[in-house]
Amino acid sequence: MKNNPLWELTLCRFREFAREPEVIFWVFGFPVLLAVGLGIAFRDRPPEKIFVAVAAHPQAPSVVERLKRVQTLSAEIQDPQRAASSLRLGKVALVVVPGNSYEYRYDPTRPDSLLARSIVDAALQNAAGRKNPVNTVEKAITEPGARYIDFLIPGLLGMNLMGGGMWGIGFVIVDMRIKKLLKRMIATPMRKADFMLAMIMSRLTFMVAEVVLLLLVGRFVFGMIIQGSVASIVTVAFFGSMCFTGMGLLVASRAQKIETVSGLMNLVMLPMYVVSGVFFSSERFPKVFQPFIQALPLTALNDALRSVILEGARLSTQVPHLATLILWGTLSFLLALRWFRWN
Amino acid sequence: MTLAICCRGLCKRYDGKVNAVNGLDLEVQVGECFGLLGPNGAGKTTIIEILEGLLEPTQGEVEILGRRWGQDDLELREWLGISLQETRLPEKLTVREVLALFRSFYQKGRDPKEVIRQVELSEKESTWVNKLSGGQRQRLAVACALVGSPKVLFLDEPTTGLDPQSRRQLWDLIREFKQQGGTILLTTHYMDEAERLCDRVAIVDRGKVIAIGSPAAMIATLGGEHVVEFGLDVTIGQTLKAGRLAELASVTSVRSEADGFSLHVQEPHLAIPALISYLHEMGVSLARLTTRHASLEDVFVKLTGRHLREE
Repeated sequence: MKNNPLWELTLCRFREFAREPEVIFWVFGFPVLLAVGLGIAFRDRPPEKIFVAVAAHPQAPSVVERLKRVQTLSAEIQDPQRAASSLRLGKVALVVVPGNSYEYRYDPTRPDSLLARSIVDAALQNAAGRKNPVNTVEKAITEPGARYIDFLIPGLLGMNLMGGGMWGIGFVIVDMRIKKLLKRMIATPMRKADFMLAMIMSRLTFMVAEVVLLLLVGRFVFGMIIQGSVASIVTVAFFGSMCFTGMGLLVASRAQKIETVSGLMNLVMLPMYVVSGVFFSSERFPKVFQPFIQALPLTALNDALRSVILEGARLSTQVPHLATLILWGTLSFLLALRWFRWN
Repeated sequence: MTLAICCRGLCKRYDGKVNAVNGLDLEVQVGECFGLLGPNGAGKTTIIEILEGLLEPTQGEVEILGRRWGQDDLELREWLGISLQETRLPEKLTVREVLALFRSFYQKGRDPKEVIRQVELSEKESTWVNKLSGGQRQRLAVACALVGSPKVLFLDEPTTGLDPQSRRQLWDLIREFKQQGGTILLTTHYMDEAERLCDRVAIVDRGKVIAIGSPAAMIATLGGEHVVEFGLDVTIGQTLKAGRLAELASVTSVRSEADGFSLHVQEPHLAIPALISYLHEMGVSLARLTTRHASLEDVFVKLTGRHLREE
């Protein structure tokens, strides 16, 4: 291995990477922090209670007694004036006025009021002896796999593979060009293919580390259930990583300044951060945009990662997504090699 | 015998701009240390980068050791050691790692450790590049050129911006390489560097070679190997005639400078007494008088009417 140019070039990439603490943070620390932060913000909580006021009346205590048996309700006796203002200010969702018949006062445009109305009505009717004609059984479904964090982790993984490929290749190459290091290297018998291969090999090694790290955080911090095999996840990540490595190379192929390459990268990446389903589903965008959004490499990568990780989909079902990645990657590589400027 | 470097009719035009190199012919023998001397912007870097195969000439032919760029590139790359005018080597690699990297590019080459010893960086072997001084970095750059065991060494302004001690260390490296039979082409805008190091020098100005030869021979063309410079009190100097000064004993040429005169002189011990008595005769007194050996700077001034460090 010693004195092999491919090995030495790759080794130098590793050393330079490992000696830049801030780069390590952005590649490994940042996505984990993002996952933990968003995971906490959107964690599953018990449903909030619905507040209901009962207007003061001799029957009011018994009404409150009955409503308190319903877990999701919180009922309180208030004099009619205060109850009206509570309703107006949104402090309560519904005011019950007891009497010969119950009167419900609420704003029908407020979803929580509608919900309160039907829950309160059911509780009061049942207490008064209503019999349900059909028996119903309830089952709560909050399985891992359907939570926001489960949706988020594959998205963050895709985002990280995009950022790593683009920054990790594009930035490094432009930096070397500015320092005339590229020019110095082609003044030696170094083979250009070795240089490119070393870039790709170091990128792929970091890719495996990024994938494993995020999945470990998902599994052990958030109890995420990983359905697909590690091999198929890494395969999808491989195609994604190669695709963005090619795009990073393309963006960096001629840029002479860090500002130029940063601008180009943001131009390429920002739209995908938004539309490609990192933080929320890309399906939320109008139908007219869908063909365009689905053709983006990050959309393809995120969709494939979610299918494989969350549903355990076989690789053969992901061929269209992988084909999108291969197409973008190949096109980028070819153009990059054609336009590449060493000095 | 094959020439180390040979180029004919070399021209380089950057689009829309004037000719950076304008019809250059050069022949450098194997084992020679050849210098391109000229002011900044004279086209030295363009010339050396064309010879290094890093720039395409607009016109003209280049042969290095009998091979041509575009045909025998890989072989040529094995034979050449190059130090660019400004390369910032990877900041966070150590001296040893940088040399191991460059060594790996060559089929045949030298042991990095030995090269590190030669450039006197053994103590800094495990130091990151960004912790090295300017002189140490420059020696590392030369080490990267030497590690492939080259036949021809190209150095673009190897000592620019270095302190005197670092410059001398680099000169020793260059001499050592030459002693072992290597050929060197270097660019510089320091005339003393060219005089001390180079067997032959080409003076380059505005993309053209305006003089070529050994430093001693070029200085000899001035007619006098000594320079006498003097300045006068107040403005009475205006009344001195350059023509009359040229007639003084042993003076070969006269040049009027902003603050006095500069005479090329063969024998100062004849010229100075003659000058003093002439000035006495004219009733003016000296403000200053210096004598020195003529240098390549004087050659440049004579050829272009400008100083090297002007512009």
